[in-house]
Amino acid sequence: MKFQRVLALTKKEIKKTVREPAVLFMIFLFPIVFVFAFGASFGGVGDSQTAYSVGVVNMDQAASVNASQILLTGLSDTKILTIHAYANNQTAQNDLSQGNIQAVIIIPNDFSQSFVSYQASPKDPNAWTNATVTLYLDKGSLVATQAIPPIIQQVLSALAGQSQQAQSTPFNLETASLVEVTAPSAFDFMAPGMFTFASIFLIMMVSQSFTQDRESGMMKRIRITPTSPTEFMTSQVLSYMLIALVQAVLVFVMVYFMGFKPDVGMPVYAFAFALVLLFSLSNVGFGLITATIAKSSGAATGLSFLFVLPQLFLGTFVGTSLSSAAQIAGKVIPSYYVTDALTSLFLRGAAITSPVILVDTAAVSVSCIAILAAGIVLYGKYYKI
Amino acid sequence: MTETAIVTENLVKRFEDVTAVDGISLQVAKGELFGLLGPNGAGKTTTINILCGLTKPTSGTAEVGGYDVQKETAKVKELIGVCLQETAIYPYLTGAENIELFGNLYAMNREVLKKRRDVLLENMGLTGDAKRRTAKYSGGMKRRLSLILALVHDPQIAFLDEPTVAMDPQSRHAVWDFIKELKRENKTIILTTHYMEEAEELCDRVGIIDHGKLIALGSPEELISKHKVKNLEEVFIEITGRKIREEV
Repeated sequence: MKFQRVLALTKKEIKKTVREPAVLFMIFLFPIVFVFAFGASFGGVGDSQTAYSVGVVNMDQAASVNASQILLTGLSDTKILTIHAYANNQTAQNDLSQGNIQAVIIIPNDFSQSFVSYQASPKDPNAWTNATVTLYLDKGSLVATQAIPPIIQQVLSALAGQSQQAQSTPFNLETASLVEVTAPSAFDFMAPGMFTFASIFLIMMVSQSFTQDRESGMMKRIRITPTSPTEFMTSQVLSYMLIALVQAVLVFVMVYFMGFKPDVGMPVYAFAFALVLLFSLSNVGFGLITATIAKSSGAATGLSFLFVLPQLFLGTFVGTSLSSAAQIAGKVIPSYYVTDALTSLFLRGAAITSPVILVDTAAVSVSCIAILAAGIVLYGKYYKI
Repeated sequence: MTETAIVTENLVKRFEDVTAVDGISLQVAKGELFGLLGPNGAGKTTTINILCGLTKPTSGTAEVGGYDVQKETAKVKELIGVCLQETAIYPYLTGAENIELFGNLYAMNREVLKKRRDVLLENMGLTGDAKRRTAKYSGGMKRRLSLILALVHDPQIAFLDEPTVAMDPQSRHAVWDFIKELKRENKTIILTTHYMEEAEELCDRVGIIDHGKLIALGSPEELISKHKVKNLEEVFIEITGRKIREEV
């Protein structure tokens, strides 16, 4: 393989991207405009999910009354929360960071004592032993952060025999954060999916590029030269990975200035960009499959949506507000795993070596390389490279 | 004994029920300018495509520069330059960038490529437009650039498929001069055309193809003399009873 050929073809592809206004818009400006529009206006919850898994670390030292048990029964009775008991906070936090549960409740050791003090003098706050129930929420779930705190607050109020708004109780619910994202907005929840979103339109660009070169005779002209299929495909993959990297950087800058500033280190950012690059391979693969099916560049544009829409709606920030059924369907789409990994890294504070990240990365690697290989084989079968 | 650059033996290419090339056997000597003449659809381009390794023949053999076009395609591709019938150039690149791209695909040395680029642009009258994007070029300029792309690596054997089609007279004569220069450099050239005056002007020998068959072979003078006519156009009419450009 001659690197001179690969480099020449890569440079050619980059020049095309920069110089053709339609391509420039589709690849760089459209994702930015789209991200801005969604970031500014998309805030609905609208999920049909009915049960949230909540971890409980019960440190309560029961007094004459086991108040923590009453609390847990109350939480279970809501039918909205599924309670999982944990021996310690660390184990619970691990599961929270992996997205296995949506919240962790820490019941303090003086909870029952507080309850007893309240029962003894319900109208005398000075006589109460105040207890703080700490709540950790999954910062990667918009639904969890909005739905779970009021439910718990309601059960705590009911425990005290009062309506939530009526009077004060000795039970204080304190929300803690694993990651320093102050007052997370709807935009914060969408940001990881926006990184994934950026490169999806490569599908359209790749399919158009290949069909146009076929129509114009350029593919034939390249085939007449000593350029091997391996050199040609390597140049294409490199070009589009480079474009995907620029897209990811642009989107990152965009979301950063719109307020998304996750408290993670450089290795996490580097890993996130690497994941996005890996993901771009699937889009090149889908583009090649589209170019194989499409007889013309016009047809390629339309047909590319067969792959663009599922990747977009089932796997990116758009999907976070879809029904649970749609989210299950997303599990066959590579973009789902990229968004999930980025959400875990940026919002849940998961480590790069944690199981959820490793599983997501494996899913992205295998699926993207398989899709790229399928695209190359299919295109090579029907149209010589 | 004359060294042979191209040899075909009973070359046949069928596309389903259409026989595009029907048993063509010919030899082209090294340094010869050989014209393949015939109306559109006669099988000229299919023959060129087989010789370039783009299309596999249904049967028969072909050798270019001593290499089998089916078994040693990579070697053949290094030897040849092909000017396609389609004016295939990248519209978003400048003329100079198109040339540099193809020079790099032939793995040319950077300095050699620069010099060759400038010489070819000068010869084809495109120096002043070298830095303009080719989307802005006229049809004639695109054809001339297309010819440069085929010859940028200074190939020993050149296939020029209708290089002057749809060109204005000025561009056509510039290309003719360029082809004559290649001939002086002892390059082997296969030129397909349906302009009989072009073949008479340039070719050492011509092969006339009709319906995929080689129906006449010889120098323009030999064929004109043999059929006792005034030009190659009349040779074609004499043999087939049709005008060569009626089917265009």
